Amino acid sequence: MYKILAKRELAPHINLFEFSAGEVSAKTKPGQFVILRIDEDGERIPLTIADADPGKGTIAVACHGVGKTTTQLGRLKEGDFVLDLLGPLGKPARIEKFGTVLCVGGGVMVAPLHFQAKAFREAGNNVIGIVGATTRDHLIFLEEMENTCNHLLVATDDGTKGHKGMDFLKDLIKETKIDRVVAEGPVVMMKAVSDLTRQHGIPTMVNLIPIMVDGMGMCGACRVTVDGKTLFACVDGLEFDGHQVDFDELLARLKVYTPQEKLAYVFSEQGERN
Amino acid sequence: MPKPKIRKEAVPMPKQPPKERADNFREVAIGYSEEQALAEAERCLQCREAPCVKGCPVEVDIPTFIKLIRERRFGEAAMKIKEKNSLPAVCGRVCPQEEQCQAKCTVGRIGEPTSIGRLERFVADWERQHGCEIPQKCPTTGKKVAIVGAGPAGLTVAADLIKLGHEVTIFEALHKPGGVLTYGIPEFRLPKKIVEAEAEYIEKLGVTLKTNALIGRLYTIAELLRQFDAVFIGSGAGPPTFMGIPGENLCGIYSANEYLIRVNLMRSYDFPKAGTPICGGEEVAVVGGGNVAMDSARCALRLGAKDVKIVYRRSREEMPARIEEIENAEEEGIRFEFLTSPKRFIGNERRRVKAMECVRMRLGEPDDSGRRRPVPIEGSNFMVDVDIVIMAVGRTPNPIIKQTTEGLETTKWGGIVTDEDGKTSIEGVYAGGDIVTGESTVISAMGAGRRAARAIHEFLMKKETCARKKRNV
Ligand SMILES: Cc1cc2nc3c(=O)[nH]c(=O)nc-3n(C[C@H](O)[C@H](O)[C@H](O)COP(=O)(O)OP(=O)(O)OC[C@H]3O[C@@H](n4cnc5c(N)ncnc54)[C@H](O)[C@@H]3O)c2cc1C
Ligand SMILES: Cc1cc2nc3c(=O)[nH]c(=O)nc-3n(C[C@H](O)[C@H](O)[C@H](O)COP(=O)(O)OP(=O)(O)OC[C@H]3O[C@@H](n4cnc5c(N)ncnc54)[C@H](O)[C@@H]3O)c2cc1C
Ligand code: SF4
Ligand code: FES
Repeated sequence: MYKILAKRELAPHINLFEFSAGEVSAKTKPGQFVILRIDEDGERIPLTIADADPGKGTIAVACHGVGKTTTQLGRLKEGDFVLDLLGPLGKPARIEKFGTVLCVGGGVMVAPLHFQAKAFREAGNNVIGIVGATTRDHLIFLEEMENTCNHLLVATDDGTKGHKGMDFLKDLIKETKIDRVVAEGPVVMMKAVSDLTRQHGIPTMVNLIPIMVDGMGMCGACRVTVDGKTLFACVDGLEFDGHQVDFDELLARLKVYTPQEKLAYVFSEQGERN
Repeated sequence: MPKPKIRKEAVPMPKQPPKERADNFREVAIGYSEEQALAEAERCLQCREAPCVKGCPVEVDIPTFIKLIRERRFGEAAMKIKEKNSLPAVCGRVCPQEEQCQAKCTVGRIGEPTSIGRLERFVADWERQHGCEIPQKCPTTGKKVAIVGAGPAGLTVAADLIKLGHEVTIFEALHKPGGVLTYGIPEFRLPKKIVEAEAEYIEKLGVTLKTNALIGRLYTIAELLRQFDAVFIGSGAGPPTFMGIPGENLCGIYSANEYLIRVNLMRSYDFPKAGTPICGGEEVAVVGGGNVAMDSARCALRLGAKDVKIVYRRSREEMPARIEEIENAEEEGIRFEFLTSPKRFIGNERRRVKAMECVRMRLGEPDDSGRRRPVPIEGSNFMVDVDIVIMAVGRTPNPIIKQTTEGLETTKWGGIVTDEDGKTSIEGVYAGGDIVTGESTVISAMGAGRRAARAIHEFLMKKETCARKKRNV
């Protein structure tokens, strides 16, 4: 059993949880993830680690309630427990001194990206951050990113705050010398960023989150095609060369269970009401 | 020798009728009643040289336990088996007895051999229902052993070493112990409550079980060696193999591991009550010919598929699956396409698999394994409609430990190299089971565990003597 020590609402349906997980926190590096299961009937869901404090023995994850399990997690309160928490999983992100690193984050994934941005800054990089979301209310971790990055930009799909859409990126890339791009967020965003940086030959790492089951390389649910080769995101990733990823395959594979997910959500919300 | 007056036919195993069982996940074989067990036990000749024992990889004293059944001393019969085999309820169900003890049985020369497996299962189930004794432990030695993986190999080492007085901690990556017994072999062949009972028994002996602990990431082997006096690695077979043919990553193509983990470990058959979904499919093709393929096909059928076929590149004779399971699958209505191999998969506009192009094979010269090598027949290609494909073409060792353990000698295919006792290239580190041999059987993993436990015990006691000597100097 793993206790929720703190919970903070970052935006509607997006919460930051701090779990007591001493052993995990001591081993966590930016870019890694955990798999948790709320209860005996629960699904194993992966969440990327957004911070780790070995001193306190805690890890933090940000979770966006998009379906059955993430909504269920969103209902838990400080002092509640989850049954299982496995980690840290995946390879740590490559953190080195590259020069200028552009960290592009979208939606809930800005939180774990911040963990990487912090490490890039500590490694001596000039870090430019971009925080994106569909709309103003969904922007998260603005303050944290502001404090961590040398320079911060904001964008929303609907233009309610900061730049409207991602078009401004084109100019930014032309005007600034960028040595490395790290993108973490919705697949379409990571794809768009990779397409753009490919033209300029800027090394671009994307953090892939395909559907997973065990998260330790046993099942192949998470397989992705990178440079024509099949890799398992949970052990070979999460970080991959964005210029080599088959994003269309990933998008299709993320939709495999759409009908079942809807059913599970309705079923569980009904149970919640009764 | 006097002519034995025994029945040639074994007492048949009562089973759920095929039609009925194809719709549920309850156990197929129901198990002998007391009367049936007694009748079957009467068929044993109590041979003095007991050829059956030589056929058993852990040398269970078969004639003695059968004699105890005849005398209705069922609890003692169970204890007798447990002297050599700590998981009889599991082995009675899943061991390939037809190739092991029963293949050697004297009665087999005149009729069907004594049903040793069914009798083993009977006494183990009897004991579970009537409560079992916790065996006496040796005085504590103060030595600590870490075990990686709670599969049959790891559980055996844990049980053996705790009885010898050592302190034992198992680290298991998944949220439940049992290894393949929990995540691979389906409920209808091995009910999970049996595996749970076995794991509980081992915890009752005093073993500490830590789930959600992936060794290599949470702790490295080197770190374990700092806290423990010895380490045993029983991490089993891991990542699934794919064929590397076009279209293999289309939606609807599963590895058998993923399919079985969803069904067994995550209980997808109980979706949406259990949270993990699965795509059941209507026209399912399973590629492969082993136990894993049989289990996948029979799960697909139970999830409601209209048509399930097993596509295997050799012929029936070469199939590595247990005969009993092939027969069960056939009875349930699973079709077999022998001498057939997929060439590529074709998807629809949403990248879901809709068809599979196959080629017919013929058997050529024998290969290294002694089986005749399948060769494609030119121009025999044909299409099969499918909406779910399950690839059961093999698994490789999980690389996480290898990648994070310096100095651990491994083979070309990534298995851990050991001597006969399970000793690896690192002092104090032992290994056994599928991680050493490649995919094998439950009983051979347990046998390896038993040998390693003995070696670890000797290693620890020698260390102790050396330490004492040093202290005395
Ligand atoms: C390695 C990894 C790290 C992740 N990190 C985070 C994180 O830090 N914060 C966070 O909020 N979410 C994260 N996700 C996504 C999160 O795991 C899914 O949202 C969650 O599993 C959905 O479960 P559900 O039952 O609530 O929704 P479901 O009903 O199962 O799905 C609802 C929606 O979420 C999508 N979805 C389902 N599974 C995934 C998945 N594995 N990845 C992406 N989308 C998915 C579905 O396509 C669907 O549209 C991560 C996923 C992976 C694989
Ligand atoms: C579907 C299927 C059906 C089978 N049917 C039969 C049958 O009928 N009869 C038969 O005799 N055999 C059968 N087998 C084979 C048999 O199950 C295996 O040979 C046996 O389970 C091997 O035991 P093991 O202890 O070596 O490994 P496993 O049972 O694989 O257990 C290894 C355990 O280690 C854990 N682990 C792995 N890596 C780590 C790590 N880094 N840290 C912590 N834990 C880790 C895994 O999660 C797992 O729980 C079948 C196998 C499968 C897959
Ligand atoms: S070989 Fe067969 S008949 Fe002889 S002791 Fe063993 S089980 Fe009994
Ligand atoms: S999630 Fe199973 S192999 Fe990656």
